[in-house]
Formats: sequence, structure tokens, C-alpha cells
Amino acid sequence: MKVTDRIMSNRLLWPIMGLVLLFVFNGLYGEGFFKIEIMNGYLYGTTIDIINQGSKVMLLAIGMTLVIATGGIDLSVGSIMAVSGSIGALLVNESDYSFALIVAIALVATVIIGLVNGVLVSYIGLQPFVATLIMMVTARGIALLITNGFIYTFEDEDFVFLGNGHFLMLPFTLTIVLIMTVISIFITRKTAVGVFIEAVGDNERASRFAGINTKVVKMVVYGFSGLCAGIAGLVATSNIKAADTIKLGETMEMDAIFAVVVGGTSLTGGKFNLIGSLIGALLIQTLTTTMYFLGVPPAITAVPKSIVIILVCLLQSEEFRRMIMSVVRRSRA
Amino acid sequence: MNAIFNRKYIPLFATAAVLIVLYTIASVLYDNFFSILTMTNILSDNAYLGVIAVGMTFVILTGGIDLSVGSVFAFSTILIASMAEKGYSPPLAILLAVFLGLIFGLFQGILIHKFKMQPFLVTLGGMFFARGAAFMVNMESIGISNKFYDWVLDDLNLWINSEAFLPASTIFFLIVFVIGMYVAHLTRFGRSVYAIGGSEDSALLMGLPVGIVKVAVYGICGMCSALGGVLYTFFTGSGNPSNGVGLELDVIASVVIGGTLLSGGVGYVVGTLMGVLIYGTIQCALMFDGRLNSWWLRIAIGVLLLIFILMQRVLTRGSESDS
Repeated sequence: MKVTDRIMSNRLLWPIMGLVLLFVFNGLYGEGFFKIEIMNGYLYGTTIDIINQGSKVMLLAIGMTLVIATGGIDLSVGSIMAVSGSIGALLVNESDYSFALIVAIALVATVIIGLVNGVLVSYIGLQPFVATLIMMVTARGIALLITNGFIYTFEDEDFVFLGNGHFLMLPFTLTIVLIMTVISIFITRKTAVGVFIEAVGDNERASRFAGINTKVVKMVVYGFSGLCAGIAGLVATSNIKAADTIKLGETMEMDAIFAVVVGGTSLTGGKFNLIGSLIGALLIQTLTTTMYFLGVPPAITAVPKSIVIILVCLLQSEEFRRMIMSVVRRSRA
Repeated sequence: MNAIFNRKYIPLFATAAVLIVLYTIASVLYDNFFSILTMTNILSDNAYLGVIAVGMTFVILTGGIDLSVGSVFAFSTILIASMAEKGYSPPLAILLAVFLGLIFGLFQGILIHKFKMQPFLVTLGGMFFARGAAFMVNMESIGISNKFYDWVLDDLNLWINSEAFLPASTIFFLIVFVIGMYVAHLTRFGRSVYAIGGSEDSALLMGLPVGIVKVAVYGICGMCSALGGVLYTFFTGSGNPSNGVGLELDVIASVVIGGTLLSGGVGYVVGTLMGVLIYGTIQCALMFDGRLNSWWLRIAIGVLLLIFILMQRVLTRGSESDS
């Protein structure tokens, strides 16, 4: 009993085990899965590709972790990606702004969308999934209005570098993820912000009585999630050198929620684990890549992913654990 | 007593007022908007939405939500189209689709009730699952052409005058709507739905079958989503696995604009019909205008939904104890 309890209580064990299992499976059945080549001084290979492709989910997962820690959810991240991607692609084509300014404009826009989510949730008191569901549809509408349904392609060197370039032999996207991770871990672990977020997620009323401005905390985490989604959107757009407003970021909200939940952060809020979410993100990207290897069409990958999410949430449910425990006890007696 | 009685109906009156004002504005702005033809079109074009909205009304009345409706709807359209193409009889395909929708909904309900999982999470998982399953049936759109569909489309129409008619699917929607009203307001099941939405603990203490009712409303909603898919196959003559992306918001919007509180316990099926008509009126007005693309509809519905939720919060603030 004690051993099983300890295994159950270690939040990182499950996602790491899942990742190892997938790697073993790929090592056995996927040819050249672990092969890493050096071409033109850069590293290439399937595992490197997983890191590069997984960077978007990792970015989303960082923001989503903090939102979920406050007891909320952000269903609009996929559509927010479409907004930043279309702003970036449009401005690169139609304006002579510097790339830094374009990135700034795109990210300011997505932070504003995130803050609107936050205001709807904290000041107006909408249920988080309702507010962000409205935003999910509205933001995609906004993205389509920005591009007018046109798919902008581009060859701008800086923009292409963002999602395809290399830094220290590794994909540049990894650097972006690392920077965002370090910043968020620093802010949540070295300042009081992390405690505020956990307090709001644990017991909003108590934390308000304790003097925490719960509304501001909630608003800021949605804004931060908007920022993460904005960066992810620019990376995704850069990956394919085009902004497809209808497809960009579609169903990414599920991948992000998957990463967070599998990574050990409970959907009821409170304690959160950023590293766990990043491992969760790598896990889902490996799962996606594995399914591509097996020849599963992208649209169908949603089926196994959704089953895993529901199963993990089942495992977190008290009622389910109690049921399993009573079955175990009965079989022993 | 009288004041409470009046307060209860305020959202319903607001909905009716919005519908009349919107329709009047559109009639003034666009020629021929005020006609039997336009009215029947608004009703027929949204029959599928209406059927799903009736199911969703029950779920929201219990205080839950179902985000899987759009995907279940898509699954049922592509299943029917694919089976019809392979030579199965369409009524059989339709029955199977509706049955699968019911089972899927019941399963979600069991997860929600039995394991106390959040409804939005379970049905979000269901939304991705059913969408993937729809693509597993077939990746592309399939056209439907067979005698049964021709017969329904040609011979089962109710002509109102020489140019306007109600197709069979619209008549079916009106029947579902009447059944929904009957079940919600005149049966023991309906009263239990309202009681659970008002306070689940009280409902349990009163000895109401909380578990059965909660599971059943998700079953009803799944079934209605599949029925919506059936109507849509008649409407478009095809099935498509990517149908109904974002439909869940349209359905939720229709229900909430119709005066049903998202917190549960308060609302009317007739309000949902008005919500669907408001949606249809905006859609039709945008079509008449022709300058704005269809994404404005989504934005308009999102904003309208927001306004109604805000209005409901203001109205209910007085009766709720401050939390």
C-alpha cells in the first residue's frame, strides 16, 4: 500500500513513464527514431523534430498551467494563435515595419485578448470555460477578418528564422521555450506570485480575505496565457511560412490541456507543476509524431488523445479511486 | 409573490423583445425581409440547430453543459452518408446514428455523474473524440442520393402558399420542440430537471432520481445532436466530418439568449425556440446585406451571448446570496 501511495503521489512519474514507454515503442518499431545527424552544423533527427514541433504545445502549456492553477481553463489559445499568426503574416507582407515591431504588435494584441478573457472571468464573473469558449469562436472570427480569409505566405528571413532557425546547433524554438520557462519559473517560485496563484486556485474566498487581489491575479494569468499563445502562433506560422487562419492552432487547446493534466496539475486548481506540463507537452508531441509514423491521419489522432485525457482525469477523480480501491479490497478478502 | 413571478419571466420577455426589434430593423433595412418566405426560411435553415438546442436546454437546466454536440452532429451526418453510399437503407442508417448519439451522450452522463467529473471537461473530451471518430468514418464529404431522400424532400413538404413551404425536417423540428415543452413542463422528469438545476442536494434530499435524470439529459442531448445531424443530411444532401465546427457555441448561445440561466434551474424550451429564431434572423439579415462575411455572424452571436449572460447576472444578483 505504502509503495503504491508513493508512486501515486509522485506527479512527475506518470508522464515520464508514458514518455519512456513511447520512446521504447518507437525505438523498437520506428526505424531511425533515435538517429541524430549533423547537417550544415545543425542537429537533425526525429527526436529533434519532436522538440521543434512540440515547442508550440510547450509554450501553450506554460500559460495554461497557470490558468488551470487558478481553477480556470483557457479554451481560446488555439484561436489566439491564429490571431498572432495572421497579424504577423499580414504585416510582414503589407507593411515595412521592422520584424521586432511586428512581433510586438502581434503579442500586444494577443495579450489584450487574454486580458479580455481575464476581465470576463474575474470582474464579470463568467465561468472560465464559457468566457474562453466565446473568445475561441470570436478570436478566430477576428483572425479571419484580419486576413480576409486569404492565406498570406512570406519569405521574410527573420520571421522564417523564428520557427525554422537554429541556435547552438539546436532549433531556435527550444531557446524560446527555455526563456519562457525560466521566466515563468522564476516569477512563480522566486516571487510571491506563485503563492498567490495557488492560493486563488485552492480557495478564492480565503485568499481574498487574506488580502490577495484575486481579480488581478486571475486577469494577469489569462493575459499571460494570451502572451504564450501569441508566441506559439508566431512560431506555428513561421514553421510553414504561411498563416492559414482556419487551420492554425486548431484543436491545440486540447493538446495544451492534455499536457497540463498529464503533467500533474489538477483541473480543480491549486498546486501546479510547470516542468510536469513541459514533459506532458513532449509526451503529446511524441504521441502525435508516433501516430504520423504509423500512418494515422492527423484528424484521427484526436481519438486516442481524448481517451487519454479522460482516463487521466478519471484517475484524479476521488470516486473512481474509491471504486478501484473497494474492488481491490474485495478481491483480496 | 407577484414580484418573483414577474422576475422569472423577465429574460423571456427580453428575448421576445430582442427578436421583434431585430426582425423589425431588418425588415426596415432590407426589401422583402418581412415576408412568409423569409420567415419560413429562417425556421427551415435552422431546424437542425433547433433540435440540438432543445436537447441542450435540458442539459443546461440541470446546470451542466455539453460541448460535444457539434462533433456528434458531424459524426451522424457522415455515418448516414457513408452507410447510404455503401447501399444500406437510409432509415436504418438514421436509426443507428441516433442510437449511437444516445449511447454516447449516456456514457458522458455516467462519467459526469458517477465520477463527479466536470461536465465541460468530459464533453470537451467527447467533442474531440467524436470529431476524430467522424474522420475515421470518412475523411471527405459524401453526397447522398437515393430514393428515400428524394421521397422525403419532394413529397413531404407542407406548402403554406405558392412559394413558401415547410420541409419535413422543419416539421420534425416543431414536433421535437413541442415534445420538449411537454417533457420539460408537464412531466415528473421535467420537474426533476428543474429541481436538480436549482439545487442538486435539495433534489437528492427530496428523493428525486438525481443520478438517472442527470445521465438521461446527456443522453437526450446526444440523441438530439444526432437527430440534428439527420436533419442536416436532408438540408445539404450530404455528410461531412468537418460539419458543425463551433456549432456548440451557436447552440449554447441560442439556449442562453432564450433566457435559460447557465447556472441551471431557470429557463423555458419556448425561449430556446426564440433564441434559435434570433440566431436565424441575424444570419438571414447578414445574408440579405451581402457585404459582411459569415464570420461576422459568429462575432455577433458571441457578443449577443455575452450581453445576455451579463443581463442575467444583473437580474439574478438580487435573488442570490452574495458568495
